[in-house]
Amino acid sequence: MTTPTTLNPAASSVAIVRRPKRLRSLWLLVSLAVLAGLMLASVMIGSREVSWAEIMAALGGSIDGFGPAAVATRIPRTLLAVVAGAALALSGAVMQGVTRNPLADPGILGVNVGASLAVVCGMAYFGLTSASEMIWVAIVGAGATAVFVYTIGSLGRGGSTPLKLALAGAATSAALASFVTAVVLPRNDIAEGVRSWQIGGVGGATLESIRVVAPFLLVGLIVSLLSARSLNSLALGDDLAAGLGERVAIARAAAAIGAVVLCGAITAVAGPIGFVGLVVPHACRLIVGVDHRWLLPFSAVLGAALLTGADVLGRIVARPSEIDVGIITALIGAPFFIYIVRRRKVREL
Amino acid sequence: MTLIHTLAVENLTLGYGDRTVIEGLDLVVPAGRITAIVGANACGKSTLLRSMSRLLVPRAGQVLLDGKQVHRMPAKELARTLGLLPQSPIAPEGITVADLVGRGRNPHQRMFSRWSAEDDEAVAAALDATDTASLADRSVDELSGGQRQRVWIAMALAQQTDLLLLDEPTTFLDVSHQVEVLDLLTDLNHSRGTTIVMVLHDLNLAARYADHLIALADGRVHAVGAPHEVLTEETVQAVFGLSSRVLLDPTSGRPMMLPIGRHNVSVPV
Amino acid sequence: MTLERSVADAPLLSTAQVVARGRVRRTARRRWVIAVLAALIVLGYIVSLLVGQTFYSPAEVIGVILGQDVPGASFTVGRLRLPRATLAVLAGLCFGMGGVTFQTMLRNPLASPDIIGISSGASAAAAFAIVTLSISGTAVSVLAIGAGLGVALLIYALSFKSGVLGTRLILIGIGIAAMLDSLTAYVLSRAAMWDLQEATRWLTGNLNGVSWAQTVPVLIALVVLAPVLLGQSRNLSMSQLGDDTASALGVRVERSRLILIIAAVGLIAFATAAAGPIAFVAFLAGPIAARIVGPGVSLLVPAALVGALLVLVGDFLGQFAFGTRMPVGVITGVLGAPYLIYLIIRTNRAGGSL
Repeated sequence: MTTPTTLNPAASSVAIVRRPKRLRSLWLLVSLAVLAGLMLASVMIGSREVSWAEIMAALGGSIDGFGPAAVATRIPRTLLAVVAGAALALSGAVMQGVTRNPLADPGILGVNVGASLAVVCGMAYFGLTSASEMIWVAIVGAGATAVFVYTIGSLGRGGSTPLKLALAGAATSAALASFVTAVVLPRNDIAEGVRSWQIGGVGGATLESIRVVAPFLLVGLIVSLLSARSLNSLALGDDLAAGLGERVAIARAAAAIGAVVLCGAITAVAGPIGFVGLVVPHACRLIVGVDHRWLLPFSAVLGAALLTGADVLGRIVARPSEIDVGIITALIGAPFFIYIVRRRKVREL
Repeated sequence: MTLIHTLAVENLTLGYGDRTVIEGLDLVVPAGRITAIVGANACGKSTLLRSMSRLLVPRAGQVLLDGKQVHRMPAKELARTLGLLPQSPIAPEGITVADLVGRGRNPHQRMFSRWSAEDDEAVAAALDATDTASLADRSVDELSGGQRQRVWIAMALAQQTDLLLLDEPTTFLDVSHQVEVLDLLTDLNHSRGTTIVMVLHDLNLAARYADHLIALADGRVHAVGAPHEVLTEETVQAVFGLSSRVLLDPTSGRPMMLPIGRHNVSVPV
Repeated sequence: MTLERSVADAPLLSTAQVVARGRVRRTARRRWVIAVLAALIVLGYIVSLLVGQTFYSPAEVIGVILGQDVPGASFTVGRLRLPRATLAVLAGLCFGMGGVTFQTMLRNPLASPDIIGISSGASAAAAFAIVTLSISGTAVSVLAIGAGLGVALLIYALSFKSGVLGTRLILIGIGIAAMLDSLTAYVLSRAAMWDLQEATRWLTGNLNGVSWAQTVPVLIALVVLAPVLLGQSRNLSMSQLGDDTASALGVRVERSRLILIIAAVGLIAFATAAAGPIAFVAFLAGPIAARIVGPGVSLLVPAALVGALLVLVGDFLGQFAFGTRMPVGVITGVLGAPYLIYLIIRTNRAGGSL
């Protein structure tokens, strides 16, 4: 299987034609199977093992006994992990396509911190507490930050090179994090709530919170998947894409909105989880190539699998307590990120 | 008075990572003359130049300056004899022309030494030679491409070296600036006897300005000698894979290469 | 005075004189700036000794410094204010000098040690020490220093691939910073309440209750490492021209870079160990110094002084300007953030170098 080593996806466009459809379908089925397995594991594993009978009972709605009760908490958690993983990976893939930048990831662009700041301000100054209010606020914060970082990262010669974007994101994160500290420090009343939110975990998931965030995720999902074809054109560069009949500004804006909604909504519910959006699309490109019509759904599935797996890992490794999934993704993701940087010729970055 | 220096390369093998670019190369640079290195993209021209100025350590073989291995010489001592203008030099934001040219005095200054009158003189001489004295207080960012390149050459001049290596000094300049720079280098060679080695991508300019031409192909020397010996139809075919006519340029008496493509070419007489 | 004269006039200045004049002007400006900054620091230092919840007269303060036992002042000035103000200045000097070294070396003002992982390393080690190992005081500092140096070497090693390229170093630094930050977050999430408070206090950058025991190591680090950096200042200036040009001008680039990194990281690690990672001082001292001193001259000393001033003033404001006591890190953070963003915009627009 050829590994595209050039950074510009367009250069591998010939590879799109060559890669057999059957192989891609096969990989998709395999990953769906893996995902299903992980979901099962997620429900079964934890501080207390459960049996099939107990799972069935819980699905049937009863919560008698420890087994079904445990399952009752794990099902929403698993669901959130799946949904969050899919959304984040999808968001990352779309962002990488929109910015033509291999290092684009909601975390690196500081979008997490922007959402945090918005949520924290909401909690501190507007007394927001309900989940749906927070989601809106988080999305606004995420969007504003994404636009800001992208704008300043594109100033000057060369447009938005990966380096400039990463630096703009890192510096903005640092700046916004300062503001978050400044807001939270004098406010002991919200400190606990903020702290537990800031780690990035699916531990506190409830069906209720998922229900609230579902419409946003659905919108983001649809918009993102629909932009697959535009992303293929955009990968060739703005000028070329326009020449192919693409309405560049609109396509970009639409895709970006989809990505930001996904990422903001997830951050509002699960806190900041980084690196999923960075690592998963790269891994997917190695397997299914750079055609976004395949890349996006595949990223979603693989992202869901990754996050579910990370959550299970977090529960196993540190029994009886657990490690939040945001930390595991950072610990796995950062080395992968470094690997990408080392592998590429620096001039390409 | 410029001393005569011999710069030679023996059995040189160079590469990056696991890629070998140049293999078993032998070369002698004639002292006091202008030498141009030409060849197709990625044939190793820049790599060779970088190795001659110590930026790249050879895998095998050696680069010898006056019989001494270049990679064993102390850095500042080498920098007083051999100067290099790399392909895309970087100028710090806001720096003035005089300041940038002054940086060229580094090899002559010890760690905590103060700036001396001799340094000022050297910088001034370099500015005058490149006709950039009127730009001395201007910021380098504001200059045109040709002016900026002259300033970089002035910096290399302030180093007061007997050999000057230039990696594609004309690549991003428009034709009038290209000629300006090459004329300047020729003045330098004639007035001070500075040995000049430059990588050029334009065959015709190379043939016109160089005394000695080196054509590289696939990391090996294909042809070496005076322009009329090297710039032949056979060489162009071997090095660039291109058919051509080579005529005598009426303006300079040097050979001139006319490429033959598939269109707008009349049947050769 | 311009150089444009008609051919008929005799030139007023030879080229050599023009060159010399330009150089003298630049160095003169730099000297002026250094003098003014130093004077401001001295002033700030004195003010922070005199002013506070109780005002002490200069005579009393001098008495304390001379070792006399002045009632009231001996404790407040001698044990509290003196070490605090001294550490503020010393830490500021370290942050400023270390930060500008990185920014100049990597040719990018955004490539500050705060961002490329060194502060994150020291923070993670400190959080770990305070929360998990339940130690405090000097041991925490030692661990923080070790971690800062260790992370720097790790980043250097990871970005080394037949030479270190600035871009790669920055990106890898960002990646490692993210990893370490999440480690810190994890450690904090497991912390008991009071451990958490102490850790958070440390992590924000704080000069409350510092003693001489914490100040002296920083002084030693400064005395040892600052001369090393100053000795390399010419090489640092040369490296602004790019590795190839610097090498062609006789600079041994890799060796010089290693020395610079070790010395700069050492300064920052020691300062961070004593005062915590005071936000943005290392980041901003260099660019601010560059703006007031102008291009083409060595920024090491001006940036150090700017850093010292920032910390001194920030700490003073944090103590008295607001209702509650704010740690210096929050002040520099909040005031620094907008300037930081302005700086990013300006840097990218101009094409990015210091």
